Amino acid sequence: MTLEQTLARLEEIVTRLDEERMELGDALALFEEGVMHLRTAAGALSEADARVKRLTELADGAFVLEELDG
Amino acid sequence: MSRRRTSSTVGDPELSLFEATDGAVRAELTVSEPSVPDIYEEVGDGFPGASPGSAISISTLTQTVKDVVEGAFIPLWVRGEISDFTWHRNGHWYFCLRDQSSQMRCVVWARDRVGIPAVPDEGMQVAALGHLGVYAARGEMQFIIRRIEADGDGLWRKALEQTRVRLEIDGLLAPERKRALPRYPRRIAFVTSASGAALRDVVAVLRRRAPGVELVVAHASVQGDSAPLELCAALERVCRWGGAELVIIGRGGGSREDLWAFNDEQVARAIAACPVPTISAVGHEIDVTLCDLVADYRAPTPSAAAEAAVPSREEIVLTLGAHRQRLVAAIEGCLFEPRDRARVAARALTLGASRRVAEREGTLAALAGRLNALSPLATLERGYAAARDAEGHTLSSVAQFGDGRDFTLRLRDGEIDATARVVRASGDSPE
Repeated sequence: MTLEQTLARLEEIVTRLDEERMELGDALALFEEGVMHLRTAAGALSEADARVKRLTELADGAFVLEELDG
Repeated sequence: MSRRRTSSTVGDPELSLFEATDGAVRAELTVSEPSVPDIYEEVGDGFPGASPGSAISISTLTQTVKDVVEGAFIPLWVRGEISDFTWHRNGHWYFCLRDQSSQMRCVVWARDRVGIPAVPDEGMQVAALGHLGVYAARGEMQFIIRRIEADGDGLWRKALEQTRVRLEIDGLLAPERKRALPRYPRRIAFVTSASGAALRDVVAVLRRRAPGVELVVAHASVQGDSAPLELCAALERVCRWGGAELVIIGRGGGSREDLWAFNDEQVARAIAACPVPTISAVGHEIDVTLCDLVADYRAPTPSAAAEAAVPSREEIVLTLGAHRQRLVAAIEGCLFEPRDRARVAARALTLGASRRVAEREGTLAALAGRLNALSPLATLERGYAAARDAEGHTLSSVAQFGDGRDFTLRLRDGEIDATARVVRASGDSPE
């Protein structure tokens, strides 16, 4: 899941919890999922600096990403 | 300094062109000295073409003219007006350049057209870069042109406008085509020169703002004849790879010619065909390139593109904090009603239980009362006594007594050890 998708899902969960009436069990399941996404997103933020790679296509059509000193 | 003679009719004013050490071309008009010896005097009449007997062929003459003319001129910019333009089916352009008093046949070979942004209009005032040649088959002199610049960037503007119209007809400039940029892309492709300043600028911004973002560089020349093809190829490579959520294409600032690849129709179409959102970042703020018009977002510089591409770490942290608060508030809201119901239920339960306990207590009292009524102790209270033998068996019939039998008599407030003296059954007559 990309950070974009994680944050989008998080937003959806918060909105649903805010606006929909649902069974307590469903609400708790959503809440737990939301907490999980919060952790994932926070983890992504604590990752290292931006990395720079170079896209190279091999003769057989496969792609490789080589580290690039930028 | 090399000096080449271009005309040598004795006694006439003589024009010499020469190339100075700084590369400029200068003309010099001189009048021949009268003392210069006549060429016929010098070599006699035995040389080719000096007499009918030694007449040279027309091929030899034109070939000689060609050698002399083509050897005499370095490439020159020439000013004139375009006329009689034809685009031959072999791909070459033929036209005349003229002014009030002269004209010259001109040609642009098909392979040289890449250096000219658009077909010049009839009557357009241009400066053309070319060299003089001789077309021997016709004995004609022609100016062979590689570059044309119209006054006031006319050709560039014309080319740009023609391409823009074609893109517009295909709907590629429609505002509704513009896609929203992803808000938190993790992998961004950058189509640019791997050694350019644009890459350094973008990397600096990403390092500052966006931890964990991966920038993937697809290298292409960003100026020169090969730039459009290389840009298209790099874009196409990025699309086939499919790993990027966003594509930036651009370069740092430069002259109009340096940036011209970003006005290339094929490059613009490749950007339009990109399956993920695109940002154009051609480093100059004044002119808008066709890539700018086609891309989903136009950034004035590569740095600005990087800032538009990713939110800063601080922004994300704030967003996450807000989400966390809303999440907790929402679940609290969800829990409020059940919790309330549980409280009510608990209270009801306690209440019911105590009522039942009270009921039980009442029953117990009643039972106790009844038990009490049945108790022999109550009988004793009323003055009766109970007799029991040594084993504690109640003695309730005279048959159980014999004369002199010991027993215990239980009264309300104590016991008496006693001995039966005389036993008399109820029907017996007294002694």
